[in-house]
Amino acid sequence: MPRVTAATLISLDDAAALVPRGATIMVGGFGLVGKPVALVERLLEHPEATELTVISNNVGEPGKGLGRLLAEGRIAKAIGSYFTSNRDAVLAHAEGRLEVELLPQGTMSEAIRAGGAGIAAFYVATAAGTLLAEGKETREFDGVPHLLQHALRADVALLRARRADELGNLVYEKTARNFNPDMATAADLVIAQVDEVVPVGAIDPEAVVTPHLLVDHLVLTP
Amino acid sequence: MSVQRDIARRVAGHLRDGEVVNLGIGIPTLVADSLGDREGVVLQTENGMLGVGPAPGEGEADPALVNAGKLPITALPGASYFSSSTSFAFIRGGHVTTSILGALQIDGRGRIANWALPGRPILGVGGAMDLLVGARRVIAATTHLTKDGEPKLVAECALPLTAERPADLVVTEAATFTVRDGGLVLTEVAPGFDRAWVAAHTAAPFREEEA
Repeated sequence: MPRVTAATLISLDDAAALVPRGATIMVGGFGLVGKPVALVERLLEHPEATELTVISNNVGEPGKGLGRLLAEGRIAKAIGSYFTSNRDAVLAHAEGRLEVELLPQGTMSEAIRAGGAGIAAFYVATAAGTLLAEGKETREFDGVPHLLQHALRADVALLRARRADELGNLVYEKTARNFNPDMATAADLVIAQVDEVVPVGAIDPEAVVTPHLLVDHLVLTP
Repeated sequence: MSVQRDIARRVAGHLRDGEVVNLGIGIPTLVADSLGDREGVVLQTENGMLGVGPAPGEGEADPALVNAGKLPITALPGASYFSSSTSFAFIRGGHVTTSILGALQIDGRGRIANWALPGRPILGVGGAMDLLVGARRVIAATTHLTKDGEPKLVAECALPLTAERPADLVVTEAATFTVRDGGLVLTEVAPGFDRAWVAAHTAAPFREEEA
């Protein structure tokens, strides 16, 4: 559950140990940009972090980030918008080792936003009438078909931010922001990998993107 | 100039000052470099940025600054960054005026197929469907023929459609088609090509603009 106390600074190993077998995890990033690679790769050293459902735009690249978890058979299901760039994912899917749920990128990010905003589901025109509409409830609004999309939530969110203060307020870096602020709202436990932790007050309140009430733990990586 | 850059340059000529433009992956990305110093056209990228500038010089790439194709970009003065859900709210909400998309096939009604590849499992869609549904104006930027020399403009797409909503304009290296009254209208033949070449290499029915 979200906490209102200060985020605690923990080690990569302590963070990785918080991902249990069968967990649903959200992982920020667009490709490797804004992806908490150190945190994700540390999961490899924790055998319990397996049978995972991963909600992330991509599943990394072969040999990098989530791609390494996939190669080790840790990921059972991937929910995202673009897996084609990882040939290992294509192969794992073909061999029945990886279940895939493909969502348009905007529908996916909105489903995460909804999950963090207490909205159970929403209707969206994107993908209506296409192959991705199969199995989804369709309803017309003003004569335009819309699909029902359920919100997404996770047990743990693994984020990448540029800087945190000691409370856990986060700022991001350029386009490395992407899915991270949305995912910060939509998981029971939120862990952010950051480059720098600064004293409380050192971040201009106007510049805070993710307020600290959403962040449980920080992991500092050099 | 490569064919791809030529198409991008031709597309840039169709953009009007005041438009907020999203560039899809592939040829559309090259439009950023064809805009020169046109300050009236503002570029948005769906991974969360408004105010995209041209590609950086060699050795000047910032690993935290990429476009939707994960290629390095620059930020112009006045640029801003935002989350993915905000970015797509801009797109679906009609705040991005123009979407420029690549295409694998385009049918006789101007509908685009650009997300599922022949003979491959469907494992990627990205933002193409959101852009096609959300943008007020859609420009398809594509080579006239596939790598195998087959027409990309076909009566019916063999590949799955990205949306029911058609493009408004189709720009290739050889021709420009406007989508009007549910069909393609040839509005321009590019220098170096003629109407006979376009007719011979277009498998979709099209009308010709009345002189």
